[in-house]
Amino acid sequence: MHFLKPIIGVLVAYLLIKIGVPFLGSLSHPGTWPVVPTAVMKMYLFFIIAGAFVASTFSEEGYNGLIGPIVDLYGNPAKAKLRLGAVAAVSLLGTWVAYQYVKPSFDAPVELRSVHPAPPSSANMWGKSFELQTLKNPFREDKANFAKNVEEGGIVYYKNCFYCHGDKQDGKGHFYSAFNPIPANFVDVGTIAMLTESFVFWRVGTGGPGLPSEGAPWATAMPVWHTMLSEEEVWKAVMFIYEQSGVQPRVTATVAEKK
Amino acid sequence: MKVRFMFSHLKKMLSQRSPSAYRFGVALASLLVIPAALSFNSLEISQPVLKAAAEAVSVQKVWANEAAAAAAPAAEAKKDEKKGTEVWAPLAPPKLEAKDYPVVKGFNSRITVWFIAQLHLFFGAFVLAVPIFVWLIELTGVITKDERYDHMAHEFMKVAMTGFSLAASFGGLLSIALVVFYPQFMLYMTGIFGKVMIFYALAFFAESFFLYTYYYGWDKMSDGKAKTIHLSLGLGLNLAGVFLMMVSNSWASFMMAPSGLDDAGVFKGDVWAAINGHLWNPVNIHRFVANIAYGGSLTAAYAGYKFLTAKTAQEKAHYDWMGYTSFFIAIIGLLPLPFAGYWLTKEIYDYSQQMGITLMGGAFAWLFILQAVLIGTIFLSANYYLWCCLARSPGAKRYTFMIKPIAIVIVTAFLAWFTPHTLVMTSKEVTQIGGAHHPLLGKFGVMAAKNTAVNFLIVLTFLSFQIYQRSNKRAVGDDFWATNGTSVQIGLYVAGLANILSLGIYSYYLPASVRIGLSVPQVTTTLIVIVTSFILDGKIFKKSEEMGETQWGNMPVRSQYALFTLTIGFTWLMGLMGYVRSAIRQHWHVYTVFRDNSPDAFTPTLPYAASVVTVIVCVFIALVLFMFWMPMLAAKKGSSGEH
Repeated sequence: MHFLKPIIGVLVAYLLIKIGVPFLGSLSHPGTWPVVPTAVMKMYLFFIIAGAFVASTFSEEGYNGLIGPIVDLYGNPAKAKLRLGAVAAVSLLGTWVAYQYVKPSFDAPVELRSVHPAPPSSANMWGKSFELQTLKNPFREDKANFAKNVEEGGIVYYKNCFYCHGDKQDGKGHFYSAFNPIPANFVDVGTIAMLTESFVFWRVGTGGPGLPSEGAPWATAMPVWHTMLSEEEVWKAVMFIYEQSGVQPRVTATVAEKK
Repeated sequence: MKVRFMFSHLKKMLSQRSPSAYRFGVALASLLVIPAALSFNSLEISQPVLKAAAEAVSVQKVWANEAAAAAAPAAEAKKDEKKGTEVWAPLAPPKLEAKDYPVVKGFNSRITVWFIAQLHLFFGAFVLAVPIFVWLIELTGVITKDERYDHMAHEFMKVAMTGFSLAASFGGLLSIALVVFYPQFMLYMTGIFGKVMIFYALAFFAESFFLYTYYYGWDKMSDGKAKTIHLSLGLGLNLAGVFLMMVSNSWASFMMAPSGLDDAGVFKGDVWAAINGHLWNPVNIHRFVANIAYGGSLTAAYAGYKFLTAKTAQEKAHYDWMGYTSFFIAIIGLLPLPFAGYWLTKEIYDYSQQMGITLMGGAFAWLFILQAVLIGTIFLSANYYLWCCLARSPGAKRYTFMIKPIAIVIVTAFLAWFTPHTLVMTSKEVTQIGGAHHPLLGKFGVMAAKNTAVNFLIVLTFLSFQIYQRSNKRAVGDDFWATNGTSVQIGLYVAGLANILSLGIYSYYLPASVRIGLSVPQVTTTLIVIVTSFILDGKIFKKSEEMGETQWGNMPVRSQYALFTLTIGFTWLMGLMGYVRSAIRQHWHVYTVFRDNSPDAFTPTLPYAASVVTVIVCVFIALVLFMFWMPMLAAKKGSSGEH
């Protein structure tokens, strides 16, 4: 029965990922069932099986315990019927897997979407060009008027952004459930906290249509705000979302600063 | 004849055994390398060859960037009469068109150069690494007076000799391919690095001198002062190798992060500024460490192959030992490698946010998932080999209960490590999740989780190693460390892992810039656990007894396949990451300065790039088999003759 241990171990791991992860995820996002995507599940399972195999076969005892029954099944004349059943089961499993791959489907193709695509070196907004590598928020250094600027940014936010990105900046505004993907959650450290202000300024200013083709297809409803807001308003709104969500913009030491 | 003449001189020197002869030998070794390294910073040397080349193609006319050229009033080479040297003209990056890229029927320019460059790098990495640890093993043999080390070091060099020829052949082919397919690019690069290229070429002579005297003089210079001279020759070989690596790295790092240029992209004339770019040292460190790991894994594969084909128990024991030593070297290189990689990536981000995001968050991010999978495979196969090694130790049964928990933690850490930040999903899955950002898996996508996972992988891999090291020992005596040392070690591991985990969770909630900073205490914790535990082993087993003789050669066949997996994993990884490093320049020959306007100036699809890398890896593995076969051919001839 030694060979059953790794198999049971793999099954337990599979169930934890298949059911446990979506269950825990649903606690923080009620109303959703955040499954582990198939592409990730395949990678997980491959290495869980590999891990179970290596952990069971490093010793001769373990190796013989795992491989022994298989060798016996295929080599023992007394187990002809069982062998036939095992071969049939493996063949049917292979057939089922192959069928799943080739059967017609109405599902849209898998999207290879980059959450944070690389920005261009420069972006055109308000009739001028911005060098994103060196671009800084002009209001960030104005310490004297910092609170005032953030407040003004808040007004811009509540007039324009709030409906999608939400009061708590968690991407759950009034309209959020109508979008796929849902609006960005600024409180999550995986979003604006990973980005510089110039990046966020560019994303807000040029919206979905301004994104590079690198990560296409783009499924985002983000408007092109530079046609509706002033440059000043966008900068202040960017400051506000950082302040309100409690995260800091990413700062990278430039080469010039280092030298 | 020259070799014989050289040897006769060396022999004469050694037979005299005089201090002056020894000093002469060392001085000769130093003379050939050190001036080249020292004169780097003051390269006020005339460049007739370069000048002739530039004049021949009429640099001023070819360079289309007239504005930049006009901005450089000293565009003509002028003679500095006081110094008697020539100051070279500033070069503007040319604006090329498709017609400036020669087309050779039957060849795709990019694929050809990609293929040759990668093969050259594979062999280059191997032959730069092997002499480093050969020298260290030889030194160990001298210090311990154990001749087995000396024989093993010699055998490693024997394997590497064919590698030197192949590395040089592919290097020559690469130079020709670059000149044939990208002549204007090479002209531009020569205009900047021409001075250094001459030293680079000369360093090959130095390396050849050291290589041949080191290898062929092994038996002649086997003891006394002769051995010291031999070690000096080995040191010279390594210095020449590192010099060559650093020089060629400077060209690659210049193409990624150009320096020494003015705002118009015109070279200002300071070669050192061009060499000492923002990414030069991170690339140097990363490649140096990676080469050690790679060289170790290749020689481990050689030993594994020899183990599998060994006819006698004695042979098996020898190649088992050789395989273990090589594996040990590979692991020494592997453990710090992720940190060297992080530093390089951080510097890329600092240099250019756009390049950094393209690398890790944009189109190339998917290749990093493959990278994580390959590194995980390397770690898993390394641990598997170590666990299989327990079969050699009669006392190992005491520790086997720990292997499964270690395996579970390693696999869990590994899953966290390769969980992508951006998930590939069907539209149905996007709807189920409620967007592109997974509420749980998304937490594993940021560096807080990845740093934690990689530190866990490293600590537990070291634990596997430590278990093997002590598996056949039993502490004797009743002093404090003999009785309580293991408990202290357990406490150390638990506290260390708890600290790494809590720092990881804490850093998740911090701004990105601070979060990266917290990786330093995580790494420090890892190092403290490793070093302290290693020292404690020394104290615990100060008085110890063996629980039986180590049974070299008593290894399951499958363990040797773990060594092959290690090698193939490394090779694939190097090919893949080499492509990523080069391709993040996208449509630039020299990033943001010199645009690539060839028909191939597009980023290939990920499957296409991965396929090209895979084919290159297959070709390389075939050549490696050839490289392994060559010394055996020599041995066969030897055995029929002399032995």
